[in-house]
Amino acid sequence: MADTWYLAGFIAVAAAATFATRVIPFLFFQRHTEHPLVRHLGRYLPAAVMALLATVFLQRSASWHSTLPGFDALIPAALVVAVHLWRRNALLSIASGTIAYMAILQLNLIQV
Amino acid sequence: MNQSVFRLTLPILFGYLPLGMAFGVLFTTQLDYPWWAAPAMGILIYAGAGQILAVSLLAAQAGLLEVFVAMFVLNARHLFYGLSLLGQFHGAGWRKAYLIFGLTDETYSLLTSRARSADRPHEQVLDFRITLFNQCYWVAGCALGALLGANVAFNSTGIEFALVALFIVLTIEQYKALGDAFPVMVGAAAAALAILVLPPAHQLIGAIVVVSVVLLLQYRKLRRNPATEGAGHG
Repeated sequence: MADTWYLAGFIAVAAAATFATRVIPFLFFQRHTEHPLVRHLGRYLPAAVMALLATVFLQRSASWHSTLPGFDALIPAALVVAVHLWRRNALLSIASGTIAYMAILQLNLIQV
Repeated sequence: MNQSVFRLTLPILFGYLPLGMAFGVLFTTQLDYPWWAAPAMGILIYAGAGQILAVSLLAAQAGLLEVFVAMFVLNARHLFYGLSLLGQFHGAGWRKAYLIFGLTDETYSLLTSRARSADRPHEQVLDFRITLFNQCYWVAGCALGALLGANVAFNSTGIEFALVALFIVLTIEQYKALGDAFPVMVGAAAAALAILVLPPAHQLIGAIVVVSVVLLLQYRKLRRNPATEGAGHG
């Protein structure tokens, strides 16, 4: 039961945070669309945040105490980059990297 | 009208169905919640990368403040979408709230790129239906994936890497759109710093603070030397 309440609270907070990012410009930015700071952040923030998230979650999916530390996640990550630069198809890139990572973990391809 | 809306949104269907299914499968294979919570999140939250991030936050039983900050920052790019639609949504009445709620990356790109007539109320009704169709595809994908993950037995170990792969793809797309590696390096370096000095529970927020400070310093520097704007950043 406590878990159900946590899930309900979680969804409410996540929905509020997501909606906030979409509604704030309509509430507050009406007069500031040309402000240079807004334009600066609009230009640079999204790329920085994506790189930040990719790095944090890449580090968390790797095992750093094996004989080849980090390779279990770095190889699939390199595959995602390569496939995406090659075909630029988001779903194909995500699928190939995820399948490679699952194979490495499940078949124990990199000896720990 | 619905037929032309369907044709317009067909590419979104092909993108949302598999990505929604990936979220649904992740949700039911990684978590112990009922399957219908996945489409419920598609209805109430409606954010692709956000919901996939939510799975790992739920698995870690993250605190609600961290959830708010992480979801807000992940979706912060939406702050800048609205800026270009202020005029287009003006006077849309009750539909406006839903148009704003449903402003995902894909809907935004469709609404800002499609051909428009001078008949603004008519175009706003079209915008509304496009947004609604897109969300239906997304929710259907979430439900299908959740049912699949809950009912088909397979070894899902490692499937959570889809989140990392998604962020890598989005980073490449952002970099290509921008043509400037500086923010990508700042983001990666801030994350590395946070990983080294902070416990896992505070790494996301810590890295976000570092990124914000660096971008503000860069802004101040550019304001002082406007001549260097547009040139490479060291």
